[in-house]
Amino acid sequence: MSERAGVEVRLENLVRRYGTVTALDGLSLTLAPGELVALLGPSGCGKTTALRLLAGLEEADEGRIVIGGNDVTGLPTNRRNIGMVFQAYSLFPHMVAWENVAFGLQMRHVGTAERKKRALDTLELVGLGKFAYRYANQMSGGQQQRVALARALAINPQVLLLDEPLSALDAKVRSRLRDEIRRVQLEVGITTLFVTHDQEEALAIADRVGVMQAGKLEQLGPPTLVYSRPATPFVADFVGLTNRMAGTVRGGAVEVRGASIPLVHPDTPDGPATALVRPEAVTLTGNADGESGPLIGTVIAVAFLGAVSRVTVDLGDTTVLAQLPTSAASQHPAGSRVRLELRSDPVLVQREETAPVAS
Amino acid sequence: MGGRRFSLDWLGAIPFLAYVAAFLILPSAIVGVGAFLDANNSFTLDNFVHLSRSYIVTSTIETTFVSAVTALLGASLGALLSYAIVTGSPNGLLRRLVVSASGVLAQFGGVTLAFAFIASIGPAGFVYLFAQSHGVDYYAHGIWLFDLPGLNLVYLYFQIPLMVLVFLPALDGIKPQWREAAESLGGNTWHYWRHIAGPLLFPAFLGAVLLLFANSFSAYATANALINQGQPMLSQQIAGALSSEVGAYEPGFAKAIAIQMIVIVTVVTVLYTVLQRRTSRWL
Repeated sequence: MSERAGVEVRLENLVRRYGTVTALDGLSLTLAPGELVALLGPSGCGKTTALRLLAGLEEADEGRIVIGGNDVTGLPTNRRNIGMVFQAYSLFPHMVAWENVAFGLQMRHVGTAERKKRALDTLELVGLGKFAYRYANQMSGGQQQRVALARALAINPQVLLLDEPLSALDAKVRSRLRDEIRRVQLEVGITTLFVTHDQEEALAIADRVGVMQAGKLEQLGPPTLVYSRPATPFVADFVGLTNRMAGTVRGGAVEVRGASIPLVHPDTPDGPATALVRPEAVTLTGNADGESGPLIGTVIAVAFLGAVSRVTVDLGDTTVLAQLPTSAASQHPAGSRVRLELRSDPVLVQREETAPVAS
Repeated sequence: MGGRRFSLDWLGAIPFLAYVAAFLILPSAIVGVGAFLDANNSFTLDNFVHLSRSYIVTSTIETTFVSAVTALLGASLGALLSYAIVTGSPNGLLRRLVVSASGVLAQFGGVTLAFAFIASIGPAGFVYLFAQSHGVDYYAHGIWLFDLPGLNLVYLYFQIPLMVLVFLPALDGIKPQWREAAESLGGNTWHYWRHIAGPLLFPAFLGAVLLLFANSFSAYATANALINQGQPMLSQQIAGALSSEVGAYEPGFAKAIAIQMIVIVTVVTVLYTVLQRRTSRWL
């Protein structure tokens, strides 16, 4: 596999409508050469539409697509030089793995011997050299997706598009293949757009994550920033878990059950609001038997997640999630009385359920 | 303990097995044995020797020809109709309408079907009279409806719907991702059909052609109701050999013709099964 430098990809003000529904509402996004950007969002947010427009499988109503400096907006899919991996079951079932991988080379009139060699090389790249003569129905879902990845890469595309390629796989295979995709992408250096509804997947694999809602990009940034500094309440809600706690904004901070937490946007006007607090910003301290107070409650469930555990605490008028190291959580079994502490990480607030505070 | 429990699940199949035994195995056995008996119930091979009579050879050729033509035409037109359905909405009116109608029309045959054609496009039918009154005379060169061309047309009436029923599942099995994958890899529509959809659908298409061939080959009532001059079809020859109207009552010979038909249809059915198995592996 030859090394190659990725190209810049620009989506400029893309609009796509289906009848009265606007699937993409002026999406602009630039992928740096060799960068992997994950588009994340709920079903119907427009992320797959964006990918399909970039692939040429659908036409934009407005806007422009530029790949490597060339405007490809009007070009059909087969002339865009893109590699695409679909959600599942996209291998041609009557061809063995190497024939699948060689198909794109055949379309480019590469000779039989050369395309077989290149197909086998690409299968080696994804660790499936031994499966070259197997049909799709003789391989597992993970193996099939790796062949699909090899097929997409074999044509030396300028851009790699991944349309929820892991969603049909079980958790363990998904995690392994996710790392495999990232390894290969870095090795090849290809500019990649990865579409997923799985936040863990997006945060783990991408250089930058774009969170979409209602056809618009809510936030685009490195995974750590999107998680720790969500730009909007929607992002805070969608990426990771969030406690919604009633409070009052006063002087650039929000007071929640007697605790004062700084705001991400200190210029937020004073008044009642809902603070969005991450579970890992909530800690449990000591035994609070017989005590009472706004941050004292009863543990009602402890969910073991491996190294960490998630503890649900009933405060009487609301429940709060706290994420702790499992060793710490084990000291607070269900039924025990605990005191909560809210870490002073800056938080977002929301005035109403549907109206995010302007930044 | 540790013993294998005797399953009684098969009891549910008894009515079906009894039906098959009474109406398939037993008649086939009677035909199979009777084909080797003469009028005195003695063993003979003469009935099979008589299959080389010129009118039987002609009937075999004509039956094969009609079956092949209606199978190929029916399969082609039915495949096009199926494709139109598949490219439409999965729950659309066209699909529901065509599939429902096909379920009924694929079973439509015999005197009713023959009469429908005679009453509509026959020499006294309303379509013909209407066309004639507008200067169109499609019988100007002879009344072809009661001959092999007419039989081909009438057979298509149930062959096309049967093709829709048989071929639609295969077309439904073609995944849109395959086309998109082919396009993203540089292929165009021709490449897609040449390398992907064509090879995937070909076994199903060929299998359907064979099924339609067998369906036409074994038809009797429609041909008998439509064609009153001669007995061009093999199934009619069986009826002729069993009829004593012209003093040619030859039950053993009739059974030999039936054996010949059974062999041909069995070969076709086995090939169809093999192709279906191959199709189901991919689609």
